[in-house]
Amino acid sequence: MSASSPETPKRIGRGVFLATVAGGVSSLLWAKPVWDRVSHALSPVESLVPLVPSGGWRIYTVSGSLPRFDERTWRLRIDGAVRQPVEYTYRQLLALPKVEQVSTFHCVTGWTVENVHWGGVRLHDVLAAAAPQPTAHALQFESLEKPYVDSLTLEQASPKDVMLAYEMDGRPLSRAHGAPLRLVIPEMYGYKNVKWLARITLVPRALDGYWEQLGYDRDAWVGRSNGYGT
Amino acid sequence: MTRYVRRFSRTERALHWANAIGFFVLLATGLILYLPSLAVLVGRRPLIQDVHFWSGVGWVSMLLLIAVGGDRRGLVRLAREVDRFDADDVRWLRGRRPAPQGRLNAGQKLNVALTAAFTSLFFLSGLLLWLGERDTRLRFASTVLLHDGLMYVALVLLVGHLYLAIIHPATRHALRGITVGTVDEDWAARHHPKWRPE
Repeated sequence: MSASSPETPKRIGRGVFLATVAGGVSSLLWAKPVWDRVSHALSPVESLVPLVPSGGWRIYTVSGSLPRFDERTWRLRIDGAVRQPVEYTYRQLLALPKVEQVSTFHCVTGWTVENVHWGGVRLHDVLAAAAPQPTAHALQFESLEKPYVDSLTLEQASPKDVMLAYEMDGRPLSRAHGAPLRLVIPEMYGYKNVKWLARITLVPRALDGYWEQLGYDRDAWVGRSNGYGT
Repeated sequence: MTRYVRRFSRTERALHWANAIGFFVLLATGLILYLPSLAVLVGRRPLIQDVHFWSGVGWVSMLLLIAVGGDRRGLVRLAREVDRFDADDVRWLRGRRPAPQGRLNAGQKLNVALTAAFTSLFFLSGLLLWLGERDTRLRFASTVLLHDGLMYVALVLLVGHLYLAIIHPATRHALRGITVGTVDEDWAARHHPKWRPE
């Protein structure tokens, strides 16, 4: 306190603390819409320079390790209430009519990946080969990752862009994303998009899947389920 | 002979290191959960999630325990010190020199305020992520973005902090203050001339 006049100090520290906390808390209301807009605006360059690691994907698993794909032993089995149970090897699956689509992947925890390029087969083409019986009203999906299971009613599975994908962004599906095959149903949150798919069973009615047993919605429509938009 | 003066109390140092250790454990486990390459490499997501969550609870509990069980009066003084910026502090922030500084320079005061805010927000958003998995009413689409965003900004602050504490020749002596508590009297007089050590 030498020659300078006795001045009242500015109370800045508390202001910085409170403003930061207030900004952070309020972002619970605006972060998602703002981020979606930013990443949408930047999506042309995002494929070249990802804004966030791996283009925004996170790898969610429920068990101790990720299943490993072995082409010699892997099969996709379709059974249950069908006239003709079917088993596909990986090669047989690749030989089916291939479809490609670009769709957006939404996770129920709030992250989104736009413009994912999927390659694979239509779910209904695969099912038709097994000739479902009239008693079948739902599909039960079994993952190689135990104990992950999930169900869709046939009605839920009816959107045209529901597919079984073995390619993502031009490459064979990676282990992290469910190699060799995952369900893709863009209308529903990620937890319905079963990874490491190995078996589809046609059943009279849908049972609760892994996350549904933990309280998540069966009707997992993006933007209008699980506490969002309702 | 070098004479040393006490800059940080035991409580302040304990808070600093509890915060640092907690942050690094949470950063490591958090990155395993967040980065796809690490998630695949490590696997064991349910275990890592538990470690991450309980480390977060432990982190904040530890800070509170140290604050409650430590030198509370000293912490009140610290809070007042961090809050108040005199004319020289403001000049310092604007890059004007000379701007003689007290025990904490204006940048350090900002760092304390921001770190405290970030710890609160990390804890709140982390808790909401955990609760949101259990109760839809506490599930917000933005929570995960807030938690991630805090991580990115905190990393930038951390890199700057580590640079000043370990590498930058003029400031790295301060590391001694936050580890053993004392700093060189001459260094203190040069860098913190307004500070009157007890």
